[in-house]
Amino acid sequence: MNERQTQAGLRIKSAYMRDRHLWRLIIIMLLWFIFMTVTRFSKFYTVVNFQTMFAQFPEFGLMSLGVMVCMITGGIDLSTVGIANVTAISTALLMQHIGGDSRHISVFWVVVVFLLAIVVGMIAGGVNGMLVAKLHIPPILATLGMGELFTGIGIVLTNGSAISDFPTTYAFAVNNRVLGIPVQFLIFAAAAVILSFMLIKTTYGKKLILLGTSQNVAKYSGLKVDMILIKTYLISGVCSALGGMIMLANYNSARADYGSNYTLQCILIVVLGGVSPNGGKGKISGVLLAIFLVRALETGLNRFPQISSYYVSLIWGAVLLLVMVLNYFTENDISLFKKKPNNFHAD
Amino acid sequence: MQNKVRKLFQQNETYIFLIIFALTILIQARSGQFYTPNNIVDIMSAMIVPGLFAVGAFLVILSGGIDVSFPALASLTAFATTKFLLDINYQGSVLVPILMAIIIGAALGAVNGIFAGLLNLPAMIVTLGTSSVFKGIMQGTLQSKQLAVIPKGMKQFGRRALFTAANKSNGLSSSLPVAFLVLVVVAALTFFVLKFTMFGRGVYAIGGNENAAYNAGFKVKKTKFLLYVFTGIVASIAGIIRVCMMQQCHPTNMLGMEMNIIAGVVLGGTAIVGGKGTMTGCMLGTLLIVLVENSLILIGVPVIWKDVFVGVLIVVGTAVSAYQAEKTGHRKRRGHEVKEAS
Repeated sequence: MNERQTQAGLRIKSAYMRDRHLWRLIIIMLLWFIFMTVTRFSKFYTVVNFQTMFAQFPEFGLMSLGVMVCMITGGIDLSTVGIANVTAISTALLMQHIGGDSRHISVFWVVVVFLLAIVVGMIAGGVNGMLVAKLHIPPILATLGMGELFTGIGIVLTNGSAISDFPTTYAFAVNNRVLGIPVQFLIFAAAAVILSFMLIKTTYGKKLILLGTSQNVAKYSGLKVDMILIKTYLISGVCSALGGMIMLANYNSARADYGSNYTLQCILIVVLGGVSPNGGKGKISGVLLAIFLVRALETGLNRFPQISSYYVSLIWGAVLLLVMVLNYFTENDISLFKKKPNNFHAD
Repeated sequence: MQNKVRKLFQQNETYIFLIIFALTILIQARSGQFYTPNNIVDIMSAMIVPGLFAVGAFLVILSGGIDVSFPALASLTAFATTKFLLDINYQGSVLVPILMAIIIGAALGAVNGIFAGLLNLPAMIVTLGTSSVFKGIMQGTLQSKQLAVIPKGMKQFGRRALFTAANKSNGLSSSLPVAFLVLVVVAALTFFVLKFTMFGRGVYAIGGNENAAYNAGFKVKKTKFLLYVFTGIVASIAGIIRVCMMQQCHPTNMLGMEMNIIAGVVLGGTAIVGGKGTMTGCMLGTLLIVLVENSLILIGVPVIWKDVFVGVLIVVGTAVSAYQAEKTGHRKRRGHEVKEAS
């Protein structure tokens, strides 16, 4: 092997080592796309199929972004689905009220409703943040309880049934396409760009990582830990609320128990995207990739009618465990055959 | 004597007990239906499955981990066992199903144990993953659907009553299934192991500080592994018992129970980060959740308000215990720590 080859090899290796997680996701994704090319080319690679995919993933994608920021601080948000449903239900009821019997509202109201949804998400997320930051309830419990509470409020508001007779204008507006791109995706992209900017270009991102690494160090470094935590859960609440608005459009109805498996799915995506559940580590690029990967996996599987859709959850779980075990071996530098004398870590 | 009383009022269990007592008095006052023999028996039999789940969840949380996979694990075991026995047209007693459940449960628990215990990966994420896998195996590979018929032995076991309590005023009667004894035995066994064996003290030590426990000579990985196996076994037994009690196998209706069970355990004073908690508290916390879920209807609260109440209960309960932990923590550390400006 001559020198140039080794250098190129080294460069590739160092690029790989820097973002191992990201590359691994890209490799998995490429393998999957190659697999789909070989087996189901004509059914998978169609414009409509990709348009559908891009219209579907924003709902849980937005919630995943919310879970991500919380998890970087070392917390978690289990109330995302609850917030999403409460937002969807309250806005649906509001639109019902505005539209009256005509089942039609003006574009102005659609915008107002969206702004209101953001406010609902801010309030819900703010409450979560207060509970975590001020009352020091462990995030997993605080958001679990609040999630249950939001779901409960949703049930009380709807009496447990679905609301579907709200103005059709709304679903029509969100299910639309701009230059062939679904509106749902545009909303998701806007949120993702804003969040990326906040995490990468502003000090907020650095503070978040520091806070997740060690809350005490962050506090003694003079960070306003409480404010950062509240802000984080607030962002998560807004993301969830937007996710709820997209769910409302996609299902064309609102109900308190829609999307109940999204809670686990969001956590799965975030961990798959390389965010450490203990906090302090994670990049938005990884999570974005993971969101898309999960959707591509599921859509791809749906092209095989003989495979029960229930296998999807098996595959998700298996992929998650696989990625975690891979991380474990690479991060601790343990090879299967060489046992290190003291590889005990406590988290 | 005074000391004893004071000590009693420093314990979380006392407060939980008082809350439960107050709640029952309220229900009794509003409906006159709580302290009736059949209602108490109903509550006891409603406790069986959540109680067993809680024991498993409690042990894992105590050791500093968490397990959210037990409902999926129990569903998979219960469905696989029932389906297999139906397929071979099994006619014997309930012992074989329970034994089978124990074996499958131990194997599935060991999967959790390998990832979360031996490899020391974050328990929450591992069990989320395995829960997803278990669900996939049950619904995908085994193609689960509701089984309206269950083997005869299991049917009899579910029907056999320890005793029957009748309410003379309205003629309703309820009987307590024999399965209640299983809960009593498991809870007693866990209580004994935690309190009086080295293994049990090891669980507390690991939950308190893993490195310290390791340095003190506890086999940290082995203990954690065994805890997940034990949780798998207990959850599987609970799954089988639920099938027996319902007289049919409904594969998905246990899913989603995990959060309320964990909430009950934490309400009972178990620290979510591990190292602190008692068996009594765990049972009382679970009882509180079961009471709220089952008895709200008795005080005239419509069923649709149930989730709101459970949610408020979790938030308020955890806020109080977080506040208490902070207070005692500050008292203990006073003088060692710079007063925090926040």
